[in-house]
Amino acid sequence: MQYMLLIYHNEKTRLGVEDEAQLMQEYMAFTQDIVKSGKFKAGDRLETTANATTVQVRNGKAIVTDGPFAETKEQLGGYYIVEARDLDEALSIAARVPGAKHGSIEVRPVFQMNR
Amino acid sequence: MCRPPRAFRLMSLHDATVERLYREEFGRILATVIRLVGDFDVAEDAVQEAFTAGIEQWPRDGVPANPRAWIISTARHKALDRIRRSTRFAERRDELDRMAELAASSPDTMSDSDLPDERLRLIFTCCHPALAIEAQVALALRTLCGLTTEEIARAFIVPVSTMAQRLVRAKRKIATARIPYEIPPLEVLPERLAAVLAVVYLVFNEGYSSTYGDRIVRADMCAEAIRLGRVVCRLLPESGEARGLLALMLLQDSRRSARMTADGEIILLENQDRTRWNHEQIREGLTLVESALRSGPAGFYTIQGAIAAVHARAPRAADTDWREIEALYALLMRLAPSPVIELNHAVAVAMSSSVELGLQLLESIRVREELDGYYLMWSARADLLRRLGRLNEAADSYRRALELVSTEPERRFLGRRLQEVTPRGRSG
Repeated sequence: MQYMLLIYHNEKTRLGVEDEAQLMQEYMAFTQDIVKSGKFKAGDRLETTANATTVQVRNGKAIVTDGPFAETKEQLGGYYIVEARDLDEALSIAARVPGAKHGSIEVRPVFQMNR
Repeated sequence: MCRPPRAFRLMSLHDATVERLYREEFGRILATVIRLVGDFDVAEDAVQEAFTAGIEQWPRDGVPANPRAWIISTARHKALDRIRRSTRFAERRDELDRMAELAASSPDTMSDSDLPDERLRLIFTCCHPALAIEAQVALALRTLCGLTTEEIARAFIVPVSTMAQRLVRAKRKIATARIPYEIPPLEVLPERLAAVLAVVYLVFNEGYSSTYGDRIVRADMCAEAIRLGRVVCRLLPESGEARGLLALMLLQDSRRSARMTADGEIILLENQDRTRWNHEQIREGLTLVESALRSGPAGFYTIQGAIAAVHARAPRAADTDWREIEALYALLMRLAPSPVIELNHAVAVAMSSSVELGLQLLESIRVREELDGYYLMWSARADLLRRLGRLNEAADSYRRALELVSTEPERRFLGRRLQEVTPRGRSG
């Protein structure tokens, strides 16, 4: 079963150069680890919400606005899609995402058509 | 193990076997069928249907040699039928294979010892932290105790539709997010067990602390919690905390018939007629506390059980060993710091050392303002001030408590106390 791990953090918290490098190192190690164990399906880091644009189609017309869909205290900064036996395994993978130490990881089951 | 829903009670007046089986075995049977079928919802319906079939058939055909195996087998067939009929048949192949395998070994001939007790898995699934706490409590009562949605709704004073939706959502999440149906691995077992114990104690407190709503249902909640506590103890005999919690519940519940007058007025611990305490329950509770204390470092519930034990051991209120209680609260403050526990500690100090010292500690908690909305802080403060003869200040504190209190018997009690400290002629 697949789960999406949505990585939320506060974009305003600026890390020092060394801390940033350290975090990158941790993400690389973590990603390699779940690739090796076959749990990794996909994953990316996202650009900040300052670079987000929101599109809505109303009455057939596309309305484009600057910024994220919702203003929140923590912003979506990246994601993984992992293969896990059950929620407990997904949660234990989520707990190892380096960003979990500063932000929050939302764990969502990926919709299955034929459940 | 628990109480059959009303419908069963009415239908089975002449069939003690079904009633007893439902009361004692519902949780265990459901747990087994969930594992066989792999679906909470289907299993639950199938078990209900199997009990209904038992009610119809047993008076006519006689009670089977092994009623539990009969119910499990019948429920399994009914679940199989349901899955076959369902449009999602194709996606359930592996489950059907599993069931076919099981069908080969007929449980009708199984002895009781061949049927493993699956309730522990069920308890851990119901109390999974991925479910909201209200949902955990409702699920535990529904599945482990066999209470109906109506009964749970009545006990928690929410509309039946709200409770039904809460249960449906929880079961849907168990299936959709695939909350595992298993005993957690050793490395997370302590925290998951803590969640289970918290649910059991919440059920107990729903029954014990609240004086609103349907009093009879709520007294039953204490009994359900104690039964759940017993199940956890039996299934996890090495857990000291599980025993500590069971002891705490037994000791608190032992005072039930002594803590209210016939017309529903509160009787404080110090004024209770101790001959009316349930001494059989006290004996069991004391034995459990001692064994929990011996089994390793005492946990949150064990220490509270030990505090309840000090009260239970005192033949008269004046014999209470308040020094021991003070020491136990000090221990609890280190283990699980909270302003409420600090407050209890301050009251114990007032009893064991001096009222002044207790009040001093209480004031140091009060100025932090964390407990400003907690009526028991104001009533405890009022009581200490009253004992020191500072009646005007006591009256002010009783008034603060009265503004916050939510239950009628407590409101009347505080009202009486306020009148006692208010000079004649002034309104209270």
